Amino acid sequence: MQLISCPWCGPREEAEYHYGGQAHVAYPHDVGAMSDADWADYLFFRDNPRGPFAERWVHAAGCRRWFNAVRDTGTHEVLAVYRIGEPQPELGTQASR
Amino acid sequence: MTAEHVSPSKLLRPLSPLDGWQAAFDALPNVVAVTEIAFMAQLNLRVDPSGPAAGAVAKVLGSALPTQPCSSTRSGEYQLLWLGPDEWLILAPEGAGPELETALREAIGGEPGAVTDVSAQRTTLALSGCASRELLAKGCSIDLHPKVSPMGTCVQTLVAQTGIIIVARDETASDFLLVVRASFAQYFAAWLIDAGVELTGAC
Ligand SMILES: [Zn+2]
Repeated sequence: MQLISCPWCGPREEAEYHYGGQAHVAYPHDVGAMSDADWADYLFFRDNPRGPFAERWVHAAGCRRWFNAVRDTGTHEVLAVYRIGEPQPELGTQASR
Repeated sequence: MTAEHVSPSKLLRPLSPLDGWQAAFDALPNVVAVTEIAFMAQLNLRVDPSGPAAGAVAKVLGSALPTQPCSSTRSGEYQLLWLGPDEWLILAPEGAGPELETALREAIGGEPGAVTDVSAQRTTLALSGCASRELLAKGCSIDLHPKVSPMGTCVQTLVAQTGIIIVARDETASDFLLVVRASFAQYFAAWLIDAGVELTGAC
């Protein structure tokens, strides 16, 4: 089974985690002023790259903390994990923990 | 009507999730021993480990909260289990919950934090014997060898697809505390027995 490193607990089996979609999607500041199109864009549209993608994951069966991970969507390789609030690591300069 | 009145509290007794399972545990090969430790007081504690409340809480517990992930601390009759960067499970003797809950809540005072009595949420099993690790390895991917998981290690993980908190309680990693949700306890007990049956011979 694939191992994913929790930024708190260390490497654990993939089955202990749940996926939470694209990371770093901020809630809009002024929802009332948004057009329907912009609101729909925020609600329903996410990037879907082939390659490195910053995602939210939760260590559901462990410490139950959310964190961010950069995963290569082509190979499933987890390139980096980092705690909520920490900046997205520059790929290539920082290995996964 | 009989003249004698028997108070219901004398007829009723608390029923642990694994009431009646001990005979089946006792029938396991003697390289493992499983015993339910029922009705332990369990308090979930949320507090900022770097805030002033953490120090006040430590005074009540007689020990600082463990901040190393996946670790635990013993303090007298209390066991302090790390559950997350701002969350702990305090295990205390049966009946000690309400008083400790009040004391912790007073210690936190107006600071951000929470104490919740979750004693009924989980039950605990003591697993010991020289084949303890071999037994757990049948359903758990965590390396429990003492080189990797020394005494005090406390991991929340899946054992046989069930969420279990494993606490390593001795230097040789042959004595574990297994904390399991009440609603999963019978499934987990049945799994332990099934996995343990084929452990034969000496270690
Ligand atoms: Zn974790």
